[in-house]
Amino acid sequence: MTPSDFLSIQSRRSFFRNCAGGIGTAALASLLEREGRAAEVSSPLASRKPHFAPRAKNVIFLFMEGAPSQMDLFDPKPELKKWHGKPFDSELTKDLRLAFIKPTATVLGSPFQFARHGQCGMELSEVLPGLATCADDICLVRSMHSEAFNHHPGQLLLFSGHVIGGRPSMGAWTTYGLGSESANLPGFVVLTSGVGTSAGSDNFTSGFLPSTYAGTVFRSSGDPILYLSNPKGISRETQRLRLDLIGDLNREHQEQTGDFEIASRIHSYELAYKMQMSGPELLDFSKEKPAILESYGVNREETKAYGTNCLLARRLVERGVRFVMLMHASWDHHSNLEGGLKKITAATDRPVAALLKDLKQRGLLDDTLVVWGGEFGRTPMSEIRRPDDPTSIGRDHHPNGYAMWMAGGGIKGGQVIGRTDDLALKVVEDRVHVHDLQATILHCLGMDHTRLTYRFQGRDFRLTDISGEVVKKLLA
Amino acid sequence: MASLCLLASLAASAAPVDFSKQVEPLLKERCQGCHGAAQQMGGLRLDSRDAALHAIRPGSSGESKLIHRVSGEKKPLMPPTGKRLSAEEVAVLRDWIDQGVRWAGSTTKHWAFEPVRRPSEPAVRRADWTRGPIDKFVLARLEKENIAPSPEADRRALLRRASLDITGLPPTPEEMAAFLADSTSKAYERAVDRLLSSPRFGERWARPWLDRARYADSDGYEKDWMRPWAWRYRHWVINALNRDMPFDKFSVEQIAGDLLPSATVEQRVAAGFHRNTLTNREGGVDNKQFAFENAVDRAVTVSAAWLGLTMGCAQCHDHKYDPITQRDFYSMFAFFEALEETDIDAPMPGEISPYLRKLDEYRAKRQALLEEYKVAPLMEPWEKNMVQAADDPGKRTDWDLAWAVLITLTERGDGEKIIRVPRERRSGRDQDILVDHFVKNYHFAVGPKPYEKTGFKELDKKLRDLRDAYPRLTQSMSVAEGPAMKHHVRIRGDFRANGAEVPRAIPAFLPKLNTGANPTRLDLAKWVASPANPLTARVTVNWVWQEIFGMGLVRTPEDFGTRAEAPLHPELLDWLASEFVARGWSLKNLVREIVASSVYRQSSAARAGLRDKDPLNLLLARQSRVRLSAEGVRDAALVAAGLLSEEVGGKSVYPPQPAGVTELGYGNRWGNSWPESQGRDRYKRGLYIHFQRSTPYPMLMNFDAPKANTAACKRERSNTALQALNLLNDPVFLEAAEALAYQALGEGDGFDARLDAAALRVLSRVPNDRERARFRQYLDRQKAIFENDAAAAKQLASAEAAGMPRAEVAAWVALCTVLLNLDEFVTKE
Repeated sequence: MTPSDFLSIQSRRSFFRNCAGGIGTAALASLLEREGRAAEVSSPLASRKPHFAPRAKNVIFLFMEGAPSQMDLFDPKPELKKWHGKPFDSELTKDLRLAFIKPTATVLGSPFQFARHGQCGMELSEVLPGLATCADDICLVRSMHSEAFNHHPGQLLLFSGHVIGGRPSMGAWTTYGLGSESANLPGFVVLTSGVGTSAGSDNFTSGFLPSTYAGTVFRSSGDPILYLSNPKGISRETQRLRLDLIGDLNREHQEQTGDFEIASRIHSYELAYKMQMSGPELLDFSKEKPAILESYGVNREETKAYGTNCLLARRLVERGVRFVMLMHASWDHHSNLEGGLKKITAATDRPVAALLKDLKQRGLLDDTLVVWGGEFGRTPMSEIRRPDDPTSIGRDHHPNGYAMWMAGGGIKGGQVIGRTDDLALKVVEDRVHVHDLQATILHCLGMDHTRLTYRFQGRDFRLTDISGEVVKKLLA
Repeated sequence: MASLCLLASLAASAAPVDFSKQVEPLLKERCQGCHGAAQQMGGLRLDSRDAALHAIRPGSSGESKLIHRVSGEKKPLMPPTGKRLSAEEVAVLRDWIDQGVRWAGSTTKHWAFEPVRRPSEPAVRRADWTRGPIDKFVLARLEKENIAPSPEADRRALLRRASLDITGLPPTPEEMAAFLADSTSKAYERAVDRLLSSPRFGERWARPWLDRARYADSDGYEKDWMRPWAWRYRHWVINALNRDMPFDKFSVEQIAGDLLPSATVEQRVAAGFHRNTLTNREGGVDNKQFAFENAVDRAVTVSAAWLGLTMGCAQCHDHKYDPITQRDFYSMFAFFEALEETDIDAPMPGEISPYLRKLDEYRAKRQALLEEYKVAPLMEPWEKNMVQAADDPGKRTDWDLAWAVLITLTERGDGEKIIRVPRERRSGRDQDILVDHFVKNYHFAVGPKPYEKTGFKELDKKLRDLRDAYPRLTQSMSVAEGPAMKHHVRIRGDFRANGAEVPRAIPAFLPKLNTGANPTRLDLAKWVASPANPLTARVTVNWVWQEIFGMGLVRTPEDFGTRAEAPLHPELLDWLASEFVARGWSLKNLVREIVASSVYRQSSAARAGLRDKDPLNLLLARQSRVRLSAEGVRDAALVAAGLLSEEVGGKSVYPPQPAGVTELGYGNRWGNSWPESQGRDRYKRGLYIHFQRSTPYPMLMNFDAPKANTAACKRERSNTALQALNLLNDPVFLEAAEALAYQALGEGDGFDARLDAAALRVLSRVPNDRERARFRQYLDRQKAIFENDAAAAKQLASAEAAGMPRAEVAAWVALCTVLLNLDEFVTKE
């Protein structure tokens, strides 16, 4: 092949777009224009119209880090009981990619009972009594699959669409695409509990998008946002005086230099002050009804951390924050599966149910898409780290078939999508790949995943990489 | 957007035609039946460009027979049968012809892939404004647009700008005073030379190079282990830049320093460039997959950093826009596929003799410890069982796990490779690595209780303490060439799917390697750094230009391919490239040439008429205001405060950061921590801050430092509320403000002198009268607040100074925080 086969298609439009490349808002305006959307952009986070009418305005992503075990939580497999303690026929396991165990590992039937819940009769595990009361509101997907079988690549795939790092996360794509409705909070907020996650900040990175779109971590101790409160010795009065003088001098300097970018710096200081003022109000639960606090478990030791984050999530979407991500680690039960799952569900199940009910009761669920899930699932075979210790039994990584659920804006609740085989080895009906999930989330937000693109290193990138189909069955 | 008027006149009027999508199908379907390979009615073929030129005049559709006939302007109408071509189809053909008849298989070339030719300097009307060729190229273009250049910036602004560009630091008040006092004609040139010879030059220019090298101090994935010796490569970069190592040499040593004949330690350290890839140590990770991904990353990074090519696009399929085929990609990839990772002793000056003096003593003590804890008798069967588990997996789940741990968690080496070598043939270094791993991780094999009995947990600590107690040689991550292997295309980029075998080669559209049948990575390196390669010099001068003007002549530094917008000053780019090569690839010369120009010295103030014509300042009728880099903002604050540590190079540092940042990463479970630096290390420049990929230092992220996953050829410059909060409230900046206040109070008497002293340190200028009045009013009001709040005053001002009451000192600190938050402070003007 020769160069001319590929000679540039240098449309006037792309020429204009490139011209605006270095400058925040101008670049954004032209990018939006390319997608056929309004080109008036006052700031990189200004709220803007999606591609088409959205079903949801906000997302709460309940990221359950470490790969929750689908056949102990969402996808009952009585057949496994028959195999319990024996290895599968090698024919059944020959295509598996496993992290720690070998294909000859013995099968582990679930130690938990399942029952039907709601009018829809959704089967859920006994360790999810709270979620069971919301069965008619959630759409359970039992046919998720991924190709990553290690945590960090799996999380990268789930949140950035690719197993190698460097690309923007789902929350960053969302705020890049839609801006934020909040005048005084970041558009993409991250709340964490439990231990650290494998992919760390990759799960909420802006990747190659401007850093404006990165998730802002609300910390559970100290300042909720880094540097949000005044340092020691700086009172509110002193701070106001500082901001006034900074503003005055910046304005004067703008007149002298004629540089519009100074206006955006002035704006950023005003926003910073608004954030300082609204932060404490956001965290102040004193006006919440006691019953609400009780339902989230804010005051109970085992649910305190996650319950607080769930309540904060509601308060954040109420205040127009576009994308709230809760990261809870870790569901990585290589060993002590039974005890570990009991403990982690005790910490998270009731708060999640409270969040769904609270959102619904306030009419927020119609506008808010709630997603629950991890980066992949777990094997039906056991992992035995210590042959001499029966409590050490757990499960290995399994990307070929696992479960997640969604609820709220745009989602048809009270249904189960997809099916895995009786041995939980693979999906046999309505396969939903991680890219399909991403396409569906963007669709609910009114965005076409093939049109939400950003050019980097010569290529137009998108969240769904080169694939992804909207899962119509999920939609209301 | 009014701004685009100028650009519109520069662009073609119609949207460019895509030959293969719009023209070729049309020709195939409607013309080639009669005018193609099978038959040539009237002697005309329309299936190759050369043949078609009988009926086509490139650039003028109006004079092309093809158009006459298909439009019906002349008879007979073509095609003679079937439906007429629609008006749109005819318009496509017209545009295609007017745009020069681009045709698959033709010889039309892309400017960046053509050899660099030294253009002649253009004639200009205002020759008196020009100082050299750079000015002539820029002025000629301006004169074409009837735009006058801007006046020269005032001397203060000029020295501040040059200091920031060359050293990354603002001038000190003393440097400014000396410059202002020098009234000789070459004062500016002298200042530039002083700045170029400062060791700060290497630090400032290392940073953007490290961006390209995706340098970081940790593995990146999951546990994100720290890389305690990563800094050794950074140290090499800083030194090389300070010595003005010719860029061709600089390139060869990084791409293939390990393969140079009798490679020195420093050259092998340089090749550590390739060790900045990410590493995944998750259990069960497929090492083959990550070896593949790393080789891909190395090929992509070299292509981006030196060649401005977006090679990554061709990993899975032929490049959509550039002439890079998938075969080209894997031919390039092949240079890196056999590369092996290795760690080497890379002693710093003065390390060797103390090390050797104590070596025997250390070895004896280590040996005694190993004997005391009876390591050898347990390790022998462990090794046997491990290899057995690896060769026959699934029999013992505990040994399987122990094996998985060995292949992912060996510190400082490759456990799998080491254990496969019989004990007696292992190097002492490898044996130590394996013993250390065994002692630390034996419990995976035998379980916690038996492990407890061995006392190995204690031994592990003793071995580490012993190592720390004796002199050590600095280590470096480096690479070596592994055994020769066959290379293959990977179908759809899947590492398991081998396609056709490929040789090592340069992409076919670029000049060939002049070497034998089996070129080495060193041959590639020499080609990259040779004038025969049209890209490296262009990409590099563009990089330097971008660093200085905030925007490259080619505005997509990572992409010089066909989708990159053509530069507005192509001749300037080529002149700089040819000059760069002709003057021995000297970066310092290049920087000197640029900052000496009249273009560079212009004022950055906006001009009314200019804003509409050229809002992005592409024509360079003025200088640009550019926000400082993340490291630059912090460095400037430390300089202003008189706190900056001047130690050049060395280990990474851990300035204070809020609690809870490192804890967010998974590595926190594995012992990653933030051992806050004490003393001068807290004040080392930003490029020395330890970069933990999963949980980077927040200030760096807030101010757009890249994330070190891939080569970053340019940084974003955002303007966010988090930046405002960072500068307003981060204790690091408050500490700088306090130190600045003490400096200013000590340097002057009375309000005006003190304000001037502070402003000079921060802004390199004194305030005007209006500003002065506002500062005075502000100081009085803050003073009143602190007089009523002694506790706050004490928190802000840790000591009294200049015989002032504490409240007044605190008010001065509050004043200094304002200076450190001004847009002017964080901007190069």
